[in-house]
Amino acid sequence: MLNEETVIRNRAEGGKTSATQLRIALRNCGVIDPEDIEDAIGQGAYAALAKVLADGDPEGTIRTIMDSGLRGRGGGGFPTGLKWQLSARPQADQKYVVCNADEGDPGAFMDRSILEGDPHTVLEAMAICGYCIGATKGLIYIRAEYPLAIERLHIAIRQARDYGFLGEDLFGSGFAFDIEMRYGAGAFVCGEETALIHSMEGLRGEPTLKPPFPSESGYLGKPTNVNNVETFASVPPIILKGAAWFASIGTEKSKGTKVFALAGKINKVGLIEVPMGTTLREVIYEIGGGLQHGKAFKAVQTGGPSGGCLTTAHLDTPIDYDNLIAAGSMMGSGGMIVMDEDDCMVSVAKFFLDFTVEESCGKCTPCRIGNKRLYELLEKITRGQGTREDLDHLYNLSLVIKDTSLCGLGQSSPNPVLSTLHNFRDEYLAHVDEHKCPAGVCRELIRYEIVPENCVGCTACARNCPVNAISGERKQIHFIDQAICIKCGACLEKCKFDAVIIN
Amino acid sequence: MTSIKVELKQHQAEKLREVCRSFGNQEGELINVLHKAQGIFGYLPAEVQEMVAEELNVPVARVYGVVTFYSFFSMIPKGRNPISICTGTACYVRGAEKVLDEFRKQLSIGIGETTPDGKFSINCLRCVGACGLAPVVMIGEKTYGRVAPDEVKAILKEYEND
Repeated sequence: MLNEETVIRNRAEGGKTSATQLRIALRNCGVIDPEDIEDAIGQGAYAALAKVLADGDPEGTIRTIMDSGLRGRGGGGFPTGLKWQLSARPQADQKYVVCNADEGDPGAFMDRSILEGDPHTVLEAMAICGYCIGATKGLIYIRAEYPLAIERLHIAIRQARDYGFLGEDLFGSGFAFDIEMRYGAGAFVCGEETALIHSMEGLRGEPTLKPPFPSESGYLGKPTNVNNVETFASVPPIILKGAAWFASIGTEKSKGTKVFALAGKINKVGLIEVPMGTTLREVIYEIGGGLQHGKAFKAVQTGGPSGGCLTTAHLDTPIDYDNLIAAGSMMGSGGMIVMDEDDCMVSVAKFFLDFTVEESCGKCTPCRIGNKRLYELLEKITRGQGTREDLDHLYNLSLVIKDTSLCGLGQSSPNPVLSTLHNFRDEYLAHVDEHKCPAGVCRELIRYEIVPENCVGCTACARNCPVNAISGERKQIHFIDQAICIKCGACLEKCKFDAVIIN
Repeated sequence: MTSIKVELKQHQAEKLREVCRSFGNQEGELINVLHKAQGIFGYLPAEVQEMVAEELNVPVARVYGVVTFYSFFSMIPKGRNPISICTGTACYVRGAEKVLDEFRKQLSIGIGETTPDGKFSINCLRCVGACGLAPVVMIGEKTYGRVAPDEVKAILKEYEND
């Protein structure tokens, strides 16, 4: 149950109360023993399911979810209640509730933590959804890369069956619901719901055009409701505490809390859960403790490969679905990677495109070929061979890919390019016009040099140079031969006197 | 398909058929069957795919299409100590690429390759969800966190007598 203790207050230096975390989806993570159903019940697990079944009013329950303002936490932000309503509508002999646990965003681990820390909340919410839409079967599609989460789900499902929370005649209501597991096999595109459904059917995980939506024709052609792990984890508290309570948290159009996986060059990495509307500054500096090694903040990447890079100008933007999209990024599933002055934004865009190129399923041309061309253009620029024309090409091609791709992957894949082009144009220009990489990342564009004034001739750099490019006697000023140097940066790491610099 | 030819031994073939049977020889269970098969053989050579196709009564092309679509499935045997380097965003930002380069240099093999003695293989993972430990390297079941390039030699040395 939610109570005052689960509201964790972070105290900033100086003792004044600052940004507040509020745990709704993560309420039981780290609190209960996830392998002991009694522990979960002690914290109120399955009470919401009991209430829903006792009320016997599926439409009313759907209305509660709609009124709460809960939106899909997997990235799209589609209203959950509306999705349930759409899935409840068609008449069918069999319907399915699917939990999307194919957390493929690199740098995101919210779903994994919920499944490992509180698997029962997901099972409970799936049963509630099943009751509301008229489904008796639930499927959890989970990445094979998450063995511990899989094991704990198996344990949880077994225990829930033993206690009569899954199976026939739940709580004497006559309602039957059971859950099976399906395993992903490493394909990012399977986070897209039509691709996920094809993968569950044992096929290549290629998306198909919508409509028909899964709510009409999904798994095995039956109406299917697909929700993300975190979305499900938010459902039981809404049932128990009411739609008004949930809707009182957050911003006008984004209600409740969001879990973020804070990572990158930040002091305190890990999962956080904050009310919608918390600013990036509060998250990064107050909860995250600021940047490592006192470096300057440069960008924060949200939304994974579908999102964008935001800058200092966005630090005071309240985080919600609509603000992030307006800023050229997106909520995504909640990855939040902080970058500092040493990160080259052109290289970051290239990193994400490399990911997209590899993960594109190849079904539609704009995504399969367009992203490859984007990647090649970025590579050209990071090698110092780009022109201003290339920047225009990048921009135009990005728009075409967004407009013409079949599924969400292609429609959002150019976002890292567009957002960096927009927010860090100077850096692109430095690569193109001056053939320089201001962050000192792009190997072809940098030179390691020794500052004679700082060099004490300790020989540390020369001893660690893998290609013997550094010459100089002991206690004499050293010199790097640029013709031999492979720009590995070993000398820079070893020098204790700040004598090696990147130029 | 692949140049690696293996002959399935009698007991291996029987085991594989048993896996298919345990899933009711349903074509919809193809991915689950392949997961189990890879668990048995360590990889999915052509012969295994052919047998799965036969058992589930689907074309071999369908099986091959699924195997090559998903990065989790491999048609090349991994080393006894498979090295998986996480190249997710958090690890990338914290220098996974340099760690990867160091492993490649030390072992003189590329990504997706296995050393000639079959001891090590290198693969990249997209994200193991341990971003707090970035950059992360896994060797078999063992996880190494916050790996620096100059630690690579010492890590490999742990497997000297294997």
